Amino acid sequence: MDQGVKTGTTAAEPTRRDFLYIATGAAATVGAVFAAWPFIDQMNPSSAVLAMASIEVSLAGIQPGQQVVFKWRGHPLFVRRRTPKEIAQARAVPLSELIDPLADNANLSDSAPATDANRAIKPEWLVVVGVCTHLGCTPTVSTPQNPQGDYGGWLCHCHGSQYDVAGRVRKGPAPKNLAVPVYSFTGPMKIKVG
Amino acid sequence: MAGQSTYVPKTGFTRWLDARLPILRFIDDTITSYPTPKNLNFWYTFGGILAFMLGVQIVTGIVLAMHYVPSSDFAFQSVEQRIMREVNYGWLIRYIHSNGASMFFLAVYIHIFRGLYYGSYKAPREVIWLLGVLIYILMMATAFFGYVLPWGQMSFWGATVITSLFSALDQIIPHLGSAITTWLWGDFAVGDATLNRFFSLHYLVPFIIAGVVVLHIWALHVPGNNNPLGIDLKGPQDKVPFHPYYTVKDAFYLSLFVLVYAGIVFYAPNFFGNPDNYIQANPLVTPTDIVPEWYLLPFYAMLRSVPQKLIGVLVLVGSLVTLVFVPWLDTSKTRSCRFRPVMKQLFWIFAADCVLLGYVGSQTADAAWHLGDMELPLVWLAQLGTLYYFAFFWLLMPFVGWFERPRPVPESIAQPVLAKEGAL
Repeated sequence: MDQGVKTGTTAAEPTRRDFLYIATGAAATVGAVFAAWPFIDQMNPSSAVLAMASIEVSLAGIQPGQQVVFKWRGHPLFVRRRTPKEIAQARAVPLSELIDPLADNANLSDSAPATDANRAIKPEWLVVVGVCTHLGCTPTVSTPQNPQGDYGGWLCHCHGSQYDVAGRVRKGPAPKNLAVPVYSFTGPMKIKVG
Repeated sequence: MAGQSTYVPKTGFTRWLDARLPILRFIDDTITSYPTPKNLNFWYTFGGILAFMLGVQIVTGIVLAMHYVPSSDFAFQSVEQRIMREVNYGWLIRYIHSNGASMFFLAVYIHIFRGLYYGSYKAPREVIWLLGVLIYILMMATAFFGYVLPWGQMSFWGATVITSLFSALDQIIPHLGSAITTWLWGDFAVGDATLNRFFSLHYLVPFIIAGVVVLHIWALHVPGNNNPLGIDLKGPQDKVPFHPYYTVKDAFYLSLFVLVYAGIVFYAPNFFGNPDNYIQANPLVTPTDIVPEWYLLPFYAMLRSVPQKLIGVLVLVGSLVTLVFVPWLDTSKTRSCRFRPVMKQLFWIFAADCVLLGYVGSQTADAAWHLGDMELPLVWLAQLGTLYYFAFFWLLMPFVGWFERPRPVPESIAQPVLAKEGAL
């Protein structure tokens, strides 16, 4: 030990030993972070999962007023062919009544307002992820024959959230509208999702 | 531990071993001659029962892992067909394990409430309490991972709801919560990757629990046990050695506990279960009523009592974090509720409150009581119950300790006993 340098309260010149301590500590810290990253990132979706991330869906055979559920990224995907009455009903809702005023449409900018026009690429076809934005249950569709909730869209039985015919949340505890995924029409009756 | 070691090796071999690995001394100090208050009652036997339950769960769990397949395609069949119907005694080991979780939680709740009643969390035993809270939270994590493994409908949707709690962070930092849930799932939804990692963790965490239990007991052996009078030990007349007094007492009540446990395993093995979990997981259909296992119901009721997602999740997390502060929230110098007339009443109201919250959690989100023409939505009860839960710890504990006049505590454990016999 180089006793002479360490003793006393006077600030001594940094020694070679100080430098080695700091350099070793810094290298070990950076090294630990680099070593930890593979163990953290292995938890993220693997390339096999990512490869299944987009699907093509045929809309042929879906009747007006009917909802068909597809499986996309492990989640239910709701494709609902809305009737003119339902579209009119959704368009009549003023934005001020909405819990979540944003469109939550992955095809538009994050700040787009939640007008009915911003919720669907073609008004007749509503495409949303069937995952309640509260805690991930699948909401039950509401039809004139079998109404669910007060807004004609969906009711989530887990914790009572309600959605309208544009998939917008109208009654909590869900904080956000049903998400509209990235999708595009690849034909008059065909969409590609994801 | 508390005090000097009293172990004296008697044979040549034990003297030889004691100088090299003093394991017999350790066993003698911590179990055989460990000095214990002589007035510990029935409620103190649950610590031993819990150690037994941890052992049962680890042994049955290791056996089940030999037959279970952690894959979303085969998990359900490997449990319901292979283990329940084909493996020799698989049904028995599986029912011991699944009901073992319930018995484990039953025992831990009695253990926690006993600690609350007799003030066992107070100085100098704060660290014992903190380690206990940690064990309790690890137990909930383990039970949650384990419940997912049979891959039934409740497994799947329970996993979805609980992991989605993290998505509430989206309301603080956009996309952060969703990134965390995707990371937890290893997919865009609960799926095969999720099941595999939950199986891995379900195997791991019980061994971490065992480690924390060692720390819990170590911390206990420094000040020694609290007791129903909540007073410090004054001398040898207050103590008995742990063996044979409490080994026998623990063993007796453990036998009664196992009798009840075996009764459930053999005669009502699905009493705590949910029929929906006998339907294989279906990612496209949520069961109409998602109910967690009974031991999580009070927390579920608190989560649902708030009609706002982020605040609901914060209430849920807060209800557990609150437990960490208990040793410092209680300002009373008297430990045991036996001598605390006000706290005693509030304690029993708290116990009833937890049962009430559990009941509300077991009902549907929109359930209501009908009293004549009046309709009383259960969510109001949940809100009232949640309010009392937090008020009990954050308001009543500090303030009652401040103004309450405790009854006088005895000088020592021996004193009231000897006085009764006319010896003093």
